[in-house]
Amino acid sequence: MSLLSLTAVSRTFGRVVALQDVDLEMEEGRLYAVIGPNGAGKTTLFNLISGFYPASSGQIRFDGQQINRVPAANRVTLGLVRTFQITEIFPELSVFENVRIGVEAEARCSARPWWSPALSRQINERVDELLSITGLTAQSGRTVSELAHGDQRVVEVTMALSRRPKLLMLDEPTAGMGQSETEHMVKLIRDLHVRQKQSILFIEHDMDLVFGIADRITVLNYGKVLATGTPKEVAADHQVQAAYLGEAE
Amino acid sequence: MNRRLIVNGAVWLVLLTAAIWLPLLGGYMALASRVLIYALGAMALNLLLGFTGCMSFGQAAYFGLGGYGAGLFLTHLGSSSVLAIVAGTLLGGVVATAFGPLIMRRRGIYFAMITVAISQIFYFIAERWNDFTGGEDGLSGFSRQPLHLGFATVPLDSVAFYYFVLFFFAVGAGVIAMLLHSPLGHTFIAIRENRRRAQFLGIHVERYVWASFAIAGFIAGLAGALNALQNNFISPANLYWVESGNFVIMAVLGGMRNFWGPLVGAIIFIGIQDYVSSYFPNNWQSFIGVLFVIAVIFFPTGILGILRQRVKVA
Repeated sequence: MSLLSLTAVSRTFGRVVALQDVDLEMEEGRLYAVIGPNGAGKTTLFNLISGFYPASSGQIRFDGQQINRVPAANRVTLGLVRTFQITEIFPELSVFENVRIGVEAEARCSARPWWSPALSRQINERVDELLSITGLTAQSGRTVSELAHGDQRVVEVTMALSRRPKLLMLDEPTAGMGQSETEHMVKLIRDLHVRQKQSILFIEHDMDLVFGIADRITVLNYGKVLATGTPKEVAADHQVQAAYLGEAE
Repeated sequence: MNRRLIVNGAVWLVLLTAAIWLPLLGGYMALASRVLIYALGAMALNLLLGFTGCMSFGQAAYFGLGGYGAGLFLTHLGSSSVLAIVAGTLLGGVVATAFGPLIMRRRGIYFAMITVAISQIFYFIAERWNDFTGGEDGLSGFSRQPLHLGFATVPLDSVAFYYFVLFFFAVGAGVIAMLLHSPLGHTFIAIRENRRRAQFLGIHVERYVWASFAIAGFIAGLAGALNALQNNFISPANLYWVESGNFVIMAVLGGMRNFWGPLVGAIIFIGIQDYVSSYFPNNWQSFIGVLFVIAVIFFPTGILGILRQRVKVA
């Protein structure tokens, strides 16, 4: 059974059709990439799946459940956790405090109005564990707004991981990164996928990167699915070649 | 960590020994009581403003309701100062909790506008309902009652009343401090920092804004009840939007990212009010206004914000 399944999902903004009849099936354990030119509807797709805004029509199912009307915050609890193209973090808090917010939410204690040493120890241990997974231990005490852009992106991924996602959604995880930062992020994504068997759905611009790590790819163009398949299949698709290389033939 | 302990120790030591040092500086205990009462009101507001990131411009509603709750309790129901304070706290808090769903979805300027609108409703009720609230003349004719401690009865004269206020100030400040160090406090701060991120970590932002608003209402109610007991009087002016603005000024002046910022702001505000108004009874507010403008332009993080930066640099 698919982990994530979209059937004829559309979204319009006024007269603009951002997405039209998009079908997408993603099995558990995949490292699945969504690619496409600017304005193809990739981020709109993410926003529909994560509940940022509702689909105009069509069905979104996650983990066997229809989630069209589930509010965004509840989707996180179901296991759908995302990052954003423009990094969304808690700027004036430390790396540790940023991740702690997610860990406390995962421990279902965000609303607890008192402090207890036992709970606090348990929370802190989990935060430290997450920071070591993503390689942020040394930055733990630093204020995130002072970090390099690449590290801020990693903080956001760490926060997403704190909710133990069934599906981790990364919106252009390497956007705006230099080469070494990109390599670090790619290694992190790979490690999560291989070692933790993390299912990951990501949007990416960098074609070499996508074809290097993804095991399934969906290509969007003008709000429609152009092609879906393994990297090999997608690379061999004539329509994809036309969309990316111009109408050469 | 250690510095925080020193600062907190120093603040409580200064407050506990006020009866000794304040007269030496030419101050009087009623002034100190008023500082604590307004500081508590401003700290309640600051839970919303500084720690949840919600610009409430109607905190006077719950401060004023706390006052009417205490005053009406003493007028009609009983003769216990402590129970009057409980009544005021509950009235402020319950009303804030009831209006929470109406305000929790609003953001920014809309949040500010709706909180003002709600506070003005209570202002007009208090001003018009002559039979019950005393109308625009305010509610008088009640007086704070001596404290019965079982083994002794303590009249709440100026020094005793100061310590009575200090006790409730400690309760209110203690609750806020406890919250800020709890997961709930972390969640409030996360909402201030980035609502979208909080929401997409699975946090139901609106419910937490409601919680913060309700808690701020209870504590403002507590401060308002103490205010009514101090003056043996409560007037619609305590519900008016200008009073809400005073709390905002105190929080911003002192430093709204700092736990003690509103206390510092209240000391300055009440100090200027007391000192300058004896020379310029009609326009002491202009001094506050000028100071506020200077503060916003030159040290937007407030007085404690500037001090903290200095300490960090040094």
